[in-house]
Amino acid sequence: MNNLLEIKNLYIEAHYDEKWQPIVHNISLDLKRGEVLGLIGESGAGKSTIGLAAMGYARQGCRLASGSINLDGKQLFGASKQDLRRIRGSKISYVAQSAAASFNPAHRVIKQYAEAPVHHGVMSQNEAEKEAVEIYRRLFLPDPEKIGFRYPHELSGGQLQRAMVAMAMSCHPDIIVFDEPTTALDVTTQIEVLAAVKEITEKMNKAALYITHDLAVVAQVAHRIMVLRNGRLVEVNETRELIKNPKEKYTRELLNVRSLREDKTIMDKMDVILEIKDVAATYTGYVNVLEDIDLTVRKGRTVALVGESGSGKSTLAKVITGLLPAVKGSIRFLGKELSPQLKDRQKQDLRKMQMIYQMPDTALNPKQTVRKVIGRPLEFYFGIRGQKAEDRIRELLVDIELDPDHYIGRLTTELSGGEKQRICIARALAAEPELIICDEVTSALDQLVAEGILDLLQELQNKTNMSYLFITHDLATVKAIADNIVIMLQGKIVEQGEKKDILAPPHHEYTDKLLASVPEMDPDWLDNLLEKRASIFI
Amino acid sequence: MFKLLRQSPLSARIGMGIVIVNALVAVFAPLIAPYGETSVVGDVWESFSTQFYLGTDHLGRDLFTRMVYGGRNTIVLAFITTAISFLLGSFLGFISAVKKGWTDQLLSRAVDIIMAFPTLIFALMILSVLGSSIPTLIFTIAILDSTRVYRLSRAVAMDIEVMEFVEAARLRGEGLWWLIRHEILPNALPPLIAEFGLRFCFVFLFIASLSFLGLGLQPPLADWGGMVRENSGAITFGIFIPLIPAGAIAVLTVGVNMIVDWFLHLSSGLHE
Repeated sequence: MNNLLEIKNLYIEAHYDEKWQPIVHNISLDLKRGEVLGLIGESGAGKSTIGLAAMGYARQGCRLASGSINLDGKQLFGASKQDLRRIRGSKISYVAQSAAASFNPAHRVIKQYAEAPVHHGVMSQNEAEKEAVEIYRRLFLPDPEKIGFRYPHELSGGQLQRAMVAMAMSCHPDIIVFDEPTTALDVTTQIEVLAAVKEITEKMNKAALYITHDLAVVAQVAHRIMVLRNGRLVEVNETRELIKNPKEKYTRELLNVRSLREDKTIMDKMDVILEIKDVAATYTGYVNVLEDIDLTVRKGRTVALVGESGSGKSTLAKVITGLLPAVKGSIRFLGKELSPQLKDRQKQDLRKMQMIYQMPDTALNPKQTVRKVIGRPLEFYFGIRGQKAEDRIRELLVDIELDPDHYIGRLTTELSGGEKQRICIARALAAEPELIICDEVTSALDQLVAEGILDLLQELQNKTNMSYLFITHDLATVKAIADNIVIMLQGKIVEQGEKKDILAPPHHEYTDKLLASVPEMDPDWLDNLLEKRASIFI
Repeated sequence: MFKLLRQSPLSARIGMGIVIVNALVAVFAPLIAPYGETSVVGDVWESFSTQFYLGTDHLGRDLFTRMVYGGRNTIVLAFITTAISFLLGSFLGFISAVKKGWTDQLLSRAVDIIMAFPTLIFALMILSVLGSSIPTLIFTIAILDSTRVYRLSRAVAMDIEVMEFVEAARLRGEGLWWLIRHEILPNALPPLIAEFGLRFCFVFLFIASLSFLGLGLQPPLADWGGMVRENSGAITFGIFIPLIPAGAIAVLTVGVNMIVDWFLHLSSGLHE
């Protein structure tokens, strides 16, 4: 069979430091009809850049430097803007990561669906709308006749993402580029989108480039996988072959991340650090967003708080820290009743409970240096200044595995995501806390970087015997780090207990769904799951 | 900093040139001016000559000297006024954003009330009641102008306040002063500096128009707005003397705006 897309020796350059520098080096790939090629790598690997290049497009500040991009016999490299415009959308289309940000909020979904086919003259508005319903149905969107007439904000994240996939299909393109279509979604909604992607590529015989950083996800949909790093090819192979015998060390590292770690030995008696009883909280004053929350954190242990977005896990963190005062119940910390209000709490209590955030970019003041960020808690809580503070900051930097000479004077904006998160950890450590609340600390980071952060947290816990309250939606993280698991749904705790009890059946119904939705490194996992679920519904 | 200057566009460089020349003239006015600020040295409305570079005004004072001193008076006055309005406005704006609740309500509604009156009419009212002395002039304009600064700095600080590093500082137990001084101010500075340039222009024009109406700087002190008014009669005789101070106002305003444009461009992160 002929190749639908052929990229040969592609170099892409970006303009920075006042000159053009290559960011994608010598990439060649080909794609046949009905085939899905997965592009995988960490951020900065150049996967999105290559995905866009397949459409003959380079982001602002980038350019296609050399090579050839052949789409169904047409050379896109150096093609005129008019030619490219004719091809894009009709021959090849694109599904972006954040559907919510890609829809125009002022127009109904179906109108946006029809825009491209009408523009390209493929069909009329009426025909397009009729076909939209058909495609919505095929992508398992609920109520396909009417759903298109809603506005984007009236759809959930998973539904929007599927509506966007439908939109990409509207001109019957030969190739679709999926750029991290499930990254922003919860595990349970991720399944719906993956099923939709599979439906399109298999049943409609389309070719696709599937870009992601999650090997387990791409294993479900791709026939072949291409591993990229720093704009260079690491390895490319058939999916099953790649997972069974990865050739390169880097691929093996990516594969190993999800393996389950051994349980720590659990001691019988341990001091209770934090005890929450019957807590409720509200934003509006009328509706409680949290209800009947009971939770215990013991010394030196890690409690994982798991739930999908909107389940109230971050709100619970706000209640514990006092940012959102609880309307009911009690919070006991180190044997002392804490006031619900932040401003009524004592400095020493604040010191002993620290927080690390999801987005290290916003958690650090961009105008402060590493020295100031870490030095401030030292000065504020312990009155340490001058040379003593300098020494302690250096010690802390060594603890978080960053070279003090290299990092101490840098602005926080001059650090990478992983380094920033380490600085956040150091800031928390500087206060010598008993409890650290970690709010999705790894979800904004790449897989291997996140792994490094988790290792570091584990190591620090072994050394200082701190406790963690670990908020996350990622069950792989939970398996790796937790002693106890608390599962939340819609502001309530549905199940809690020790890790081995929660992860072993019988589960609560919701826990079961959550656990079953985490992709496994097995190419047949999605098919099996969908079959199983289908059989339940029939 | 130097790198930034080197990359500045032509318009910004012209603007900087204008501002620097004006500032130098303001600082060294007594050295530059050939005559005394208020001394009558020649005939009324004399033409350009080597003796009087720009001719003389309606009382026979040297116009060049008046221009130099007028620039000094107006620029210094406008600068002090803008500085006060910024200190006041941004401080209150930051407090509102950080404290929220009734503090914010109280301050914001008070600002709304002041802003409900047209600025010029409000200023005319206050100045005609209290009389037009330099301190009254400065504080009246500064307070009226600080309402705009308050609005801006509150909005900017609100955006910063929701960032997690501010939350982290709150959780640490930091007080109001630290939050404003160390967490919010450094991040709010770029838009505020750009606004400073723009406000400076408005204050400058405002003083000029008050002087034109006779409520600004009082004669015999020279200022550009007042000079336009004093000499406005000349225009009927086809003498363009009033156009000289008017032109000076225009040039300085345009110059400052050129710099502000460039700065706004930088701080908004827009690139070609």
